[in-house]
Amino acid sequence: MKDEQVTGVSALQLPPASAPTRIVAPIANAIDDPSVLMEVRSLKKYFPIKEGFVKKVVGYVRAVDDVSFFIREGETLGLVGESGCGKTTTARCILRAHNPTSGKILFRTKAGEVVDVAQFSDGEMRPLRAEMQMVFQDPYASLNPRMTLLDLVGEPLLVVGGMKNHQERQARVAELLQLVGLRQEYMQRYPHAFSGGQRQRIVIARALALNPRFIVADEPVSALDVSVQAQVLNLLLKLQNELNLTYLFVAHDLSVVKHICDRVVVMYVGKIVETAPTHNLFFTPKHPYTAALMSAVPVANPRIRARMTPLEGDVPSPANPPSGCYFHPRCPYAVDKCSTDLPLLEELEPGHFVACHRASELQLVGIGDAKTIEIPGLEVDR
Amino acid sequence: MTDYRLLITTTISNMNPDNQSPLLAVNNLKTYFQLDEGVVKAVDGVSFDVHPGQVVGIVGESGCGKSVTIKSILRIVPPPGKVVEGEIRYWPQKQATYEASGFDGSVDLAKLDPRGKEMRSMRGSEIALIPQEPMASFSPVHTIGNQLIEAIRLHQKVSKKEAAEMAIERMHEVGVPSPEQRMNAYSWEMSGGLRQRAMIAMALSCNPSLLIADEPTTAIDVTTQAQVLSLLKRLQESHNMAIIFITHDLGVIAQMADYVVVMYLGRVMETGPADEIFHSPQHPYTKALLESIPTVHSASRTFLPTIAGSIPHPFNRPPGCPYFPRCVDYMPGVCDQLTPIIQPVNPKQAASCFLFSDAAEDVEPATVKSKR
Repeated sequence: MKDEQVTGVSALQLPPASAPTRIVAPIANAIDDPSVLMEVRSLKKYFPIKEGFVKKVVGYVRAVDDVSFFIREGETLGLVGESGCGKTTTARCILRAHNPTSGKILFRTKAGEVVDVAQFSDGEMRPLRAEMQMVFQDPYASLNPRMTLLDLVGEPLLVVGGMKNHQERQARVAELLQLVGLRQEYMQRYPHAFSGGQRQRIVIARALALNPRFIVADEPVSALDVSVQAQVLNLLLKLQNELNLTYLFVAHDLSVVKHICDRVVVMYVGKIVETAPTHNLFFTPKHPYTAALMSAVPVANPRIRARMTPLEGDVPSPANPPSGCYFHPRCPYAVDKCSTDLPLLEELEPGHFVACHRASELQLVGIGDAKTIEIPGLEVDR
Repeated sequence: MTDYRLLITTTISNMNPDNQSPLLAVNNLKTYFQLDEGVVKAVDGVSFDVHPGQVVGIVGESGCGKSVTIKSILRIVPPPGKVVEGEIRYWPQKQATYEASGFDGSVDLAKLDPRGKEMRSMRGSEIALIPQEPMASFSPVHTIGNQLIEAIRLHQKVSKKEAAEMAIERMHEVGVPSPEQRMNAYSWEMSGGLRQRAMIAMALSCNPSLLIADEPTTAIDVTTQAQVLSLLKRLQESHNMAIIFITHDLGVIAQMADYVVVMYLGRVMETGPADEIFHSPQHPYTKALLESIPTVHSASRTFLPTIAGSIPHPFNRPPGCPYFPRCVDYMPGVCDQLTPIIQPVNPKQAASCFLFSDAAEDVEPATVKSKR
């Protein structure tokens, strides 16, 4: 880590001193640390593949396969990976939109006690729903076109919050709309009257209705126009500063992840390959897959070209993953061991976990090498 | 035809060092959709040139008319859309495909019958398209091989067997593993990346001079995107093809394009070589757009400069410059009254903005608001 300066980090990022450096195996008992809001421990979600008349189970899609990570209070954890890597399934398991196959989802409630969300029944989940909310990817699909903003944003207040009084509810909705930068006069309108960015604001207002502490944002800006993305990202940052929210930010756009996250988890075929503070992950990636992802990001600068060294092959199916390290058929650094032994997450540097047999010997470049070329015009992107 | 349009053509031709005639010259193209609710001016006066072997990137957000522009070029605008004005001059590169070209060897595609023989011989043979979603573009009930053979035999007089050999060769060229077996596969049996490769093989099957790629990588993942982009780059160089590359991703544009056309609400805001567009953008929209995107090199967790408001609804276009309600350099009384015309700003770039030039479009009587 040495003298690396983390650029533009807000006051929200916790000092690295509180990183659980004592841990050898991934992140055992991170929840014991009072600053940790949630710990996911060996989470698995297998979807059965059924075939034939009797719907015999012939195999499993291992969408999420033994995933462990933790989220500190007030931080933004990014979950990145390509489609089919299990990032959305992980997020949905945490909110119990899917029932996990096995594993623990430990959550510190408002009252301060630690509960295992994975064991809860639907009824037991209900009071917890006020504390964890979700922002969906497509604001065109996640708002009921027949409900006004008052109904949409007021629904959680009525259903979970038990706010029966109409006036009270109206006042709260007005407050929420203002918070997300919409005018309260819009309350009686229907979603069709709003643009994509405004709709995403409505979705965010609805998620905030019950004063949650933890928000799962599943690709919240990928369906929006480029000029509107920045507005929504700024809103998410502003709300986090004001309300001390904790985000699990699921995304595939690495520039957005780099911009908003404190720490990042990289997934590949249902497994975590690397977890690190954002700056470390982007500048000194330790896993060849992370490095490949970095080099695949098209840089918005025509002077940095020919940097792309695309990976060969395709992402394997989670129903039939390769032996050993799942990445070895595409990995340019694979050795014999990689095709037989599954690497475990190891802590290479404080807070930097990698699942790769050769992580300590490889010298991988992240996005940083662009700076060494010395491009004066790079400051264009401020 | 007013003199300033000649001016534009000269400026843009200047970009071409060899000063040879362009491959495609779109001039003041207007494509309107007559709907019951009103007229949607999807493309409203677009001009740009494409030179042989050049990669032109058209960048813009949703509703800026980039897709309708290329559909107009291929004359596949879905009804009730219509090319109402302007010309699309194309210089055919194959003697066999078109003889009846004009005095300078060009054809005005806008004048051709969209269903006519001439236009049909253009598509695929001279101008090919890579659509956005390869899944939706392949027939699910025909094998990839059959579809490739059909495309080849449509434009070349070859036997089925020869066409199959050519198809396998093309599949091999775009990096489809074991192409002989893939010929018998259906599109739904292939992964997203392979499907897009097969689509590229099909587009290249008749050696087009102009390839139009309509957001070819938006539906696929980053690592696959990198594969497809470097493949396109390689093919472009080996075939010396011109490519019109359409995307909303500025990163992809920066990596691919030689020349960039920035569009907003059916109009061209700025044009110029990629380096100038990214390193010294002139138009306020281009500047704001470049500032507002987070990049991997920008500072983390800071508030991004944003563009206020959102893209207006097509029925609710602002009068004057389409960008003025969101513009930081908005000049009251000018921008909301008159529509700027694209004018050269410097020897390389052209922008449509009153900051640089007073040239305004002839005001249509309907939009005149008791000016002075």
